[in-house]
Amino acid sequence: MATMTYRDALNAALREEMTRDGDVYLMGEEVAEYDGAYKVSRGLLKEFGPLRVVDTPIAELGFTGIGVGSAMVGLRPVIEMMTWNFALLAIDQIVNVAAKIRYMSGGQVACPIVFRGPGGAALQLGAQHSQAFESWYAHIPGLKVVMPATPADAKGLLKAAIRDDDPVVFIEGEMLYNVKGEVPDEEYVTPIGVADIKRAGADATIVCHSKTVKPSLQAAKTLAGEGIDCEVLDLRTIRPLDVEAILRSVAKTNRLVIAEEGWGFAGVGAEVSDLVQREAFDDLDAPIRRVHQADVPMPYNKHLEKAAKTDAPKIASAVRAVCYRD
Amino acid sequence: MAVSTDRRAPSTSETRYSAEYRDWLRMMVLIRRFEERAGEAYAVGQIGGFCHLYIGQEAVAVGTISALRADDYVISAYREHGQALARGMSSRSVMAELFGKATGCSGGKGGSMHLFDSSLGFLGGHGIVGGQIPLGAGFAWAAKYRKTDQVSLTFFGEAAANIGSFHEALNMAGLWKLPAIFVIENNGYGMGTAMKRASAIDDFAIRADSYGMPGVSVDGQDVLTVRAAMDEAVERARAGEGPTLMDIQTYRYVGHSMSDAPHGTYRSKDEVEERRSRDPLDVLERRMRELNLIDDDGMAELAAEVAAEVADAVQFAEESPEPDAEQLFSDVYAPNQGTV
Ligand SMILES: Cc1ncc(C[n+]2csc(CCOP(=O)(O)OP(=O)(O)O)c2C)c(N)n1
Ligand SMILES: [Mg+2]
Repeated sequence: MATMTYRDALNAALREEMTRDGDVYLMGEEVAEYDGAYKVSRGLLKEFGPLRVVDTPIAELGFTGIGVGSAMVGLRPVIEMMTWNFALLAIDQIVNVAAKIRYMSGGQVACPIVFRGPGGAALQLGAQHSQAFESWYAHIPGLKVVMPATPADAKGLLKAAIRDDDPVVFIEGEMLYNVKGEVPDEEYVTPIGVADIKRAGADATIVCHSKTVKPSLQAAKTLAGEGIDCEVLDLRTIRPLDVEAILRSVAKTNRLVIAEEGWGFAGVGAEVSDLVQREAFDDLDAPIRRVHQADVPMPYNKHLEKAAKTDAPKIASAVRAVCYRD
Repeated sequence: MAVSTDRRAPSTSETRYSAEYRDWLRMMVLIRRFEERAGEAYAVGQIGGFCHLYIGQEAVAVGTISALRADDYVISAYREHGQALARGMSSRSVMAELFGKATGCSGGKGGSMHLFDSSLGFLGGHGIVGGQIPLGAGFAWAAKYRKTDQVSLTFFGEAAANIGSFHEALNMAGLWKLPAIFVIENNGYGMGTAMKRASAIDDFAIRADSYGMPGVSVDGQDVLTVRAAMDEAVERARAGEGPTLMDIQTYRYVGHSMSDAPHGTYRSKDEVEERRSRDPLDVLERRMRELNLIDDDGMAELAAEVAAEVADAVQFAEESPEPDAEQLFSDVYAPNQGTV
């Protein structure tokens, strides 16, 4: 096992897949000569040349459409969104074309494409640059939505996304790029649609993904000191959702908290709550609690921003509530 | 329309295409009769949803698509029945798709606006105005990436030339010299909005200058003029010289879709009648008669062939089965990748 950053793990996945398959190319703003706005594509231009690592104008709708078109005729593009906030300009191509082309064509036309880049908030970037959109894409049949939390998952899941024959929305985190972790030396691919228990526990389940995994683990550590043994279940993929893993964990702990970065209304936690109340109502010993961003545009002010965001103390108090320990 | 003369594709009387004239005429007549029959089927509820007919614009599809090779790509908007037929999709598979039947080109899951035949490189049938323009550039990008000499032909209406995707796609196509041909099918209206009420300029060919590609303004009611202009664009694209923007002026004789009258609030009966007086089918027939390539008997034979083909297509569509209930859930994701 080597220790590497999330950023370098993504970079390694891109390099390995581009080496393996000549149909894979990377396109987006600043991906080539600038080495990527967040340096995820560092060195790739030098290695693969300008036909396979392509700088575009600032034209999200246009280059996303070009990527989708090229996928419809058999290439396997990786389209980098500088951040997912800007992908709103391209959502027509993602939702109206990529997600539907197989269905509308009666199965004739596939769209093997990855849309990737950082989503969610960083620090004090204000309302337009701090948004978590996974529930938007997870709403759409025809898309898969993948959100790794660790370097090992980032590498294995990006490789899986590139090999997948369907469009994959792959949401990274700006605050995760520098996170270090162990990454296996040998080649591996992490299957899409499989959640991962990041900490086993018996008293309460915390379902989380991406940037909420770390605060969930921190909360679990705090709560262990209070005699509450948490299971932290990292979804890793939002769609397809690993329904079995969620139900198995709830059957074991009988208590559920769902933590996510984005807004609560119609969020990922709403979907998971619906699933659990329907399929595991009798397993629950307490109402489900959710932790999510405050229902406001993200404020710039440091203190207000902190108040708006999901964090470990908020997750811990939700767990205390489902354990009737608050 | 104020079109600068230097961008005008010259009308031509050359005879180098005369061997193809009968095929062109047959295809244009087929499209006309097919569309008339589709309109009737719509009126009695055999076809549902939105249905946009191509009547009056036949020379555009035939003049452009006839210049392509079998391995080239074609993509269009929702007014694409004529282009699908011109590309060689069978009347049966297109009519059956309009009827929503399992034997339709998209298995009944696409409908009038989403005709596909990947074996012919016909990749839709798109319902979001302008959405197909970057996709067409994407096919051209793939051809360049793979170093093939395939060409990508993208159709869209003149109203779609005012949407953002047009600008983004054409800029990148010009920047990267993609083998793409962008055809503005300029029928003068986007639904009920006349071109002059939607575009700051009325000569779209000028816009090509912004994207470093040639722009050509073409009489879309003369299939020969269309074809000659298209040949030049195809030649450029295949030679690696980059894209072309073609503003092909035509007219739709019918309403925007089946719910819109041919004339009324936004255009007059006189206007429609005046435009109909120069019909693309007549223009070609007259030329063929002058060259003794067809006579009354030949026209009657052609009409009979087409009538039989359309009748057969309708019968096929009527008799075809509906898609199985299981088809509801197929083709959302690739098979054998687990369920979602
Ligand atoms: C983005 C978008 N906005 C609006 C519509 C509704 N709409 C469908 S066709 C149309 C007019 C388009 O006109 P044009 O591009 O000239 O094509 P034509 O119908 O004349 O062939 C409109 C406004 C749409 N389908 N997509
Ligand atoms: Mg129009």
